[in-house]
Amino acid sequence: MVEKSDQEAALIHCILHDAADTVAVVVVEGVTAGTPMTGWVMDDDRTIALEARQDIPIGHKVALKDMAPGDTVVKYGIDMGKVVAPIRRGEHAHVHNIKTKRW
Amino acid sequence: MSVVSKDTTFLGYRRENGRVGVRNFVVVLPLDDLSNAAAEAVAHNIKGALAIPHPYGRLQFGADLELHFRTLIGAGCNPNVAAVVVIGIEDGWTKKVVDGIAATGKPVVGFGIEGHGDHDTIMRASKAAREYVQWASEKQREPCPIAELWVSTKCGESDTTSGCGANPTVGNAFDKLHPLGNYLCFGETTELTGGEQIVAARCANDEVRRRFTFMFDRYQEVVNRHKTSDLSDSQPTKGNIAGGLTTIEEKALGNIQKIGKMCTVDGVIDKAETPTHPGLWFMDSSSAAAEMVTLCAASGYAVHFFPTGQGNVIGNPILPVIKICANPRTVRLMAEHIDVDTSGLLQREINLDQAGDRLLECMLRTANGRLTASEALGHREFVLTRLYESA
Repeated sequence: MVEKSDQEAALIHCILHDAADTVAVVVVEGVTAGTPMTGWVMDDDRTIALEARQDIPIGHKVALKDMAPGDTVVKYGIDMGKVVAPIRRGEHAHVHNIKTKRW
Repeated sequence: MSVVSKDTTFLGYRRENGRVGVRNFVVVLPLDDLSNAAAEAVAHNIKGALAIPHPYGRLQFGADLELHFRTLIGAGCNPNVAAVVVIGIEDGWTKKVVDGIAATGKPVVGFGIEGHGDHDTIMRASKAAREYVQWASEKQREPCPIAELWVSTKCGESDTTSGCGANPTVGNAFDKLHPLGNYLCFGETTELTGGEQIVAARCANDEVRRRFTFMFDRYQEVVNRHKTSDLSDSQPTKGNIAGGLTTIEEKALGNIQKIGKMCTVDGVIDKAETPTHPGLWFMDSSSAAAEMVTLCAASGYAVHFFPTGQGNVIGNPILPVIKICANPRTVRLMAEHIDVDTSGLLQREINLDQAGDRLLECMLRTANGRLTASEALGHREFVLTRLYESA
């Protein structure tokens, strides 16, 4: 293991709006499969740790738990759609595995 | 201590009807598509006159025609406008727009092209525009209470950083302006889908809630009547999806951050209507950026907050658009478009209170006369909302 500087250790890789969220927003460029990530929970100012299983572009979401088709995806602590393909924790969560419940 | 309080002032232009503007435009306003050439010729002849061409105004009818008139008259009445020259293909509808703007007491005159031709119309309209420009150029800014600044918001090319940073920054600024008695406005009816219950819960009373629910359901009916799919090719947009937004619900929950944590929704207006008392107004409106911002200009708003994630470049001819962005990549790649960089929020380098203050500082400088990025870059998108086909 390479020692990380304090500054690197303080880097926020992803943001959760609410502690109940099942996805988080990647807020740095260059997250690839295997990147250890620090997640910041805005609602209660905690941090969590997880590892990216896939490359995830900035602004895109990482799954925080394993989810199955039909599951509700939670962001801002609120329903933001349904799972349509299995997602594992650490994977890229987007239009290929999540759909709207509206319209 | 916020950067704004009851005692805060800005330097604005007080108009004949008491409203305060932050720009001093002499507008050459075409009634219809056919009059764009003459309007642009007048603006070319007279330095300082501003033509705002658009593609509509012929054979519209019913509510769609009423909206056309309301939008053009509203734009002319906007306090950022000192005086208006209206040009239309014929005299009847031209006069209707002139009379609507004249109610504010500001100088306005109209010219019909039929029976005169472009050359004669351009000559007569140029003489009027020259007089207005010289008259307006002597108008002086004066200190005005901050409550007299009308502020609207709409976001565009949003991504997930909009909901994390740029939109909450607007919300924080709105939370600070609302108690001071400012007129505030948000809209984007379909873009509340998935969060409409949050807006309904924030309505100040049952009557406002009933009006909001009526407007929201009415727009859902439009979507349901015309959709050929679940709208996932349009809402979220391709830009939204490239930026990481997945569903309309996610986009809406980010969008709603713009109304802050404390503001109540105090009133509801239809497209391009003028609010009648201070507070936060919901305007039923399209979520397309240029349409919504144009409607805000027509409702009388003087400054606009526009958060973006992926980098929407929009501006408006009469309503200064302040861009706020929290996406560090967009801020780096599209720096010339961004007025307020709040990307520090994502790394906890600044907090929301500081970000809101940065936006309010920028708002005051803009109100005092500093050009926004979109003004300096020449963005003048003036887009009229249509309700249905022409007759």
